[in-house]
Parts: sequence; structure tokens; C-alpha cells
Amino acid sequence: MENLVYIALFAPFVGSLFAALFGMTERKIFVGVIGSTLIGLSFVSSAVLAYTLYTTGEVINVRMMDWINAGDLNVSFGFVIDQISVTMMTVVTLVSTVVHVYAIGYMDHDKSFNRFFSYLSAFVFSMMILVMSDNFLGLFIGWEGVGVCSWLLIGFWYHKADQPREDNPSISPSWAANEAFIMNRIADLGMLIGIFILYWNTGSLKYDEVFAQLPYLSDTILIGAAIALFIGAMGKSAQFPLHTWLTDAMEGPTPVSALIHAATMVTAGVFLVIRANPLYSMPEVGGVSFFIASLGTFVAFYAASMALVERDLKRIIAYSTLSQLGYMFAAAGLGAYWIALFHLAAHAFFKALLFLGGGNVMHAMHDELDLFKMGGLRKVMRGTWIYMTIASIALAGLPFFAGFYSKDAIIETAFNEHTYVLWGILVLTAGMTAFYSFRQIFLSFHGEERYKALGFHPHEMYKFVLVAMSPLAILAMITGLFMNQYKAFIYKIGESVQYEMSDHTHHLAVWLGLLVIFIALSGITLAYLKYARKGEHAFKPNEKTANGFFYKLLINQYYVPVFYENFITKPYMMISEMFWTKVDLKIVDATVDNIAKFFYKSGDSARGMQTGNLSNYLNWMAVGAVILLVIAAISAMLV
Amino acid sequence: MIGLSHYLIVSAIIFSIGLVGVLRRRNLLMLFFATEVMLNAVNIAFAAISHYYNDLTGQMFAFFIIAIAASEVAVGLGILIVLYKKHGSLDLDDLASMRG
Repeated sequence: MENLVYIALFAPFVGSLFAALFGMTERKIFVGVIGSTLIGLSFVSSAVLAYTLYTTGEVINVRMMDWINAGDLNVSFGFVIDQISVTMMTVVTLVSTVVHVYAIGYMDHDKSFNRFFSYLSAFVFSMMILVMSDNFLGLFIGWEGVGVCSWLLIGFWYHKADQPREDNPSISPSWAANEAFIMNRIADLGMLIGIFILYWNTGSLKYDEVFAQLPYLSDTILIGAAIALFIGAMGKSAQFPLHTWLTDAMEGPTPVSALIHAATMVTAGVFLVIRANPLYSMPEVGGVSFFIASLGTFVAFYAASMALVERDLKRIIAYSTLSQLGYMFAAAGLGAYWIALFHLAAHAFFKALLFLGGGNVMHAMHDELDLFKMGGLRKVMRGTWIYMTIASIALAGLPFFAGFYSKDAIIETAFNEHTYVLWGILVLTAGMTAFYSFRQIFLSFHGEERYKALGFHPHEMYKFVLVAMSPLAILAMITGLFMNQYKAFIYKIGESVQYEMSDHTHHLAVWLGLLVIFIALSGITLAYLKYARKGEHAFKPNEKTANGFFYKLLINQYYVPVFYENFITKPYMMISEMFWTKVDLKIVDATVDNIAKFFYKSGDSARGMQTGNLSNYLNWMAVGAVILLVIAAISAMLV
Repeated sequence: MIGLSHYLIVSAIIFSIGLVGVLRRRNLLMLFFATEVMLNAVNIAFAAISHYYNDLTGQMFAFFIIAIAASEVAVGLGILIVLYKKHGSLDLDDLASMRG
């Protein structure tokens, strides 16, 4: 078993190192193949571990080595394979395998093909450390590793020039990469403080030991730790107000977007909250948990509203991720940790599928992402159309698809907790989700073929890529059916993750479900009526709407990026400039320069002594002797 | 009565004369003479103080200094002869070749 753990963890690492060997050379197809195989191996190991855990129910603890032994601080490099981590491992490696195979096709023409695979595998490796670690420090290492890899990958096409915000809201890949990295760094400080608080008060970093001591800690410490850790989660999972990087991260290659959104990055925040569930389910931190649920609900609605008007295919999908992460946090905040985790897994499958489908469209349209320039693509891209439709149905939450079960359970949870406001917003958001996801489908694949007038010649993606995507499509359809088995599986962890609906909710469940379906269906119908029809009713971009207040507000992302630029970036720039010219140049540099100048000057003037004339030297020697005598005399008098 | 202080004053005067010679003379040979004068001024002081304290160590030192001065002059004069053969002059102003 232990070997399987190591294979699952280190196979991506080996893949990354192997690809790095060829990092600077031209495209070599076997680099992609071997990278994908190794990730696939990691997936197989994870799946075997999951199956073993499912049948035996025995949690595996692996202690690889002692890591830090300094004074009272003893941290071992250890891993825990329990129900939570094995879920994450399986999901992460499965999605990553598909993405790797996909990337072989997608990055076909890129000259940095090998470098890309090196980063991609390193990304997966970091995420595996993050989810498998049995202590907070290992989690943090993975957390930072994910941050670095995301920076490398979002900025993969770093040579692209900056554009004004009006033309491209993300400005440029390198700008987006820096934004993502810096925003995460802000949040990581919170996370680090949270870890410090816990270590300070419990004397350990291991999950088990920390959580065992929670009941003996004071309220303030618990609340402080909960808030600080959640700030870390907010950054990674792009919750308001640290959310802008997620949509801008669309500048990276599409496989990266799929990976970030489905497997290796944004889910880390949700994972942290789920992992720390004993902390968040303490009655003392109820306020924090409720705040998490409220913030999640708000973000779900907020992101969905921006997706309603977005024209960029990938950004719509990014907003939907943001929105679904909101759902997950809502569930986790309300105490339904296993539902959050289940939604995370289901979401990973259909979101990866959606992104990879979007990548196909982008590939076909020669990097054009404006939905208004597409339309009717289903005739040329049948496979992609089917995949995207499946994923959108799952996202919209229609019955029997993955999203239906998990999302419905979250909405039910909100009802069960008597937080009817949250419930209402979540139901409304479900309708908006259905609308924007089908708006995107209809605009790109149905309706009039607007691309023809613009001279595009779209073509379907390679066959092997479409085949590679099929596992995701199947999972997007069937995951929901295994909800009860999954529930039984994860309930073995202990009481903290168990969550049951009350009888009252149980009775109403059918009606609640029907309501959500009805709302979702009306969203889809609305989208159909507006965007899918041809001829007279065909969709045309409308000047009047485009100038409306709400449209402007939404398309500019509530002016949050502009706000950040004007009230944070620019003042910060001004302060930096001031410190540079006033403090650094005038004080710090000047001090150092003057010390150097003093020695230059004194040396220069003392050079005159070196005449080369022995007589002069003797004179100086006499002067020196006299000075020494005088000093000796004075000190003798003073003593 | 001639006491210790008289000897010391004579010694100081001779030392100063030697010092002025070292500082003012330009000829290397004269510098050697000046250093010899200074050394012997010190010898006078040693002998006088030694006598004053009834301690022979000082006089022993004086002998050492005379011996060392003699050997130093032997070596120094050898160098001077070589220098004179090479440069044709013993004037320090002419010998300055290492200006900084």
C-alpha cells in the first residue's frame, strides 16, 4: 500500500523532471506521452487506494521521513490517505490525465511543448502534496507549489504584449500571472498566520493532534485561526474580494484553465475548509462558518451575474467556476462538508469537460473567443458540441446529471438550515447558471453561422483528443448516481463530516428539487428563445442593451478591477515611486554613497604622501612618532 | 656635581641633532651618520641610567646596540657602494623612482 502512495505522489514529479530535461528543445511527442502515462499511473494508484479504502475502511498513514527537527518543532514528511484525501487524489489525477492527453493535441503547434508538460506535471505534483499531506506544513508547501506553477502556466505565453483594459480585460498573460500570484500571496499570509496560531497553541502541526486539542482552546484563538485559514482559502479559491485573478487567468493555455478550475488549484481552498472541518464545526466558530456560507452564496450569485453578459467563451466558464465554488463554500459553511466535497468532485468532471470543449472551439476558431462571432458550430464540431452540451446540462443541474445531485443537495442544505435568504439566492443562481451556460452553448453551436461572414474555417479537434475527453463526459453524466455510496464511504471518517437533512426537509425534498429544475428549465428556455433561433428572431448584438446601466456594470465586472487599479495599484505605485525617489535614493543610497565617497576622497588626497622619496618618508615617520608620543603623554596624564 | 639629568640632557641633545640630521640630510651616507649619532645618544642614556640604578642590564644593552650598529653599518655600507656604482649618486632626491 505504501508503495502505491509513493507512486501516486511521485509519478507526476518524475514526469515533470523528465519533461524538464527537454525543456529547451523543440517539440518531442514522447515527452507528452510519457508525462501523460505517468499521470495515468498516478491515477491508477489513487484509484486502487480509493478502492482499498472503500472496501477495508482503513486509513493509511505514511511517514516518509523526519523533515524538521528543531527544538520543540518536530515535523515529519508524512501523508494520510483517508476518505477526504483519496477523493481529492482520484479527482485530481483523473482530470489531470485527461488534460495531459488533451494537451498533446492542443499544444501541438506550440514550440514550448516540452516546457509546458514539465510545468503541467509539476502543478499536479504540488496539488498531490497539498491534498495528501498529514500536516499543515506539507499542505502549505503544496499550496505554495501550486501558486508557483499557476504563475508559470498562466504566464506561459509571457511574450504577448500588454493591451489596454478595454480590448482585453486580462491585459496580458504575464500581467494575469502576476495578478494571480500576488493575490494568492496576500491570502497566503492569512493562511500562514492561521497555521502559526494553531501551532502556537497546540504545539503540533499534524491534523490529528491539532484537531484533538481544539476543545481545550479559547474562543478567540479558535475564531482567529478559523478566520486566518479561511483568508488563505479565499485567495486560492478566488472568493470575493480576491476573485479577479481567476477570470484573468484565462490568458493561460486552455488545458491550464481546465486544470486550475477543475483539479489543481481553486479547489484547494474548499479542500482546506473541508480538511479543517473539526475546526469549522466547533460551536465557537459558528459565526465564521456562517460568514463562509454567506460569502459563498454571495459569490455564487455575483459571479453568475457577470457571466450573464460576458461575450468571451472562456471567461463565462471561469465565472461559472467562481459561482460553483461559491456553492461549495455555502455547503461547507453550513456544515455539509461531504456535500461540498461531492460537489467539488462532480464539478471537477463537468468543468474540465467544459473547458476542454471550449479549448476545442478556440482551436477551431483560431483563438477567437467572442461568442458573437461564432454560431452554428455544431455542424462542423459535432463531438465537441455533444461534450459541451453534456457538461452544460450537468452544470445547469438537470436531472440525472452530476450537477443536479450535488447542487440540489447544497440548495437543500440551505433550506434545511433555515437560512431561507441563502436558499433563495442559491435557487435564483441555479436559474442564472442554466441561462448563461446554455446562452454560451446556443451562441456558439446553434443559431446563425456568424463566423462565415468573418472568414473563419473551423475544424474539429483531433480524434484522440475527443476520445480522451470521453471519461469526463461519462463521469459528468453518472457521478450523481453514486451519491449514496459516496455518502456511506465518507461517513466513515467520523461525525464531523456527517450531515443529514431533517425529516421536514426530507418531505419537501421532491418539491424543492422540482422547483430548482423548473427554474433551471426556464433559464434554458429563455436562453433558447433569445440566442438559438435563426432567421427573423436570430440573435443580433443590440446597441441599446449594450449601453444599459446593468449591462455596463456587469460587463465591467462591477468595476472591481478598475477600482483595484485606481485605489490600490496606482496609489501603491505612487507610494513606491515616492519611497524610491525620496527615501531610497535620497537617504539610503546617499548614505552608502557618501561613505564610499569619503574613502575615495581621503585616499585621493593622502596619495600625495607617496612621493617615492625616502627623505619624505622619514619625515612622515617622525611626524607619526611625535603624534604617538603626544597621545601617549596625554593618556598618561589623564590616567 | 654632574648628575643623571645632565647625562640625559646631553643624550637628548645628541638624539635631537641626529634626528634633525635624519630629517634634513639628503645624502644617504649622512643619514647613516645621523642614525649612528642617535644610537649613541641612546647608549649614553642607557649607561647613565644603568649606573644610577646600579643595574648592569642597561650597560649590557648598550654593548648590544654597539655590536648591532657595527654590523648594520657593515651591511649598509655594502649596499651604499652598490647603489653608488649603479646610480652614480647617493642623493635621495635622485633616487626617488617609486612615486605614488
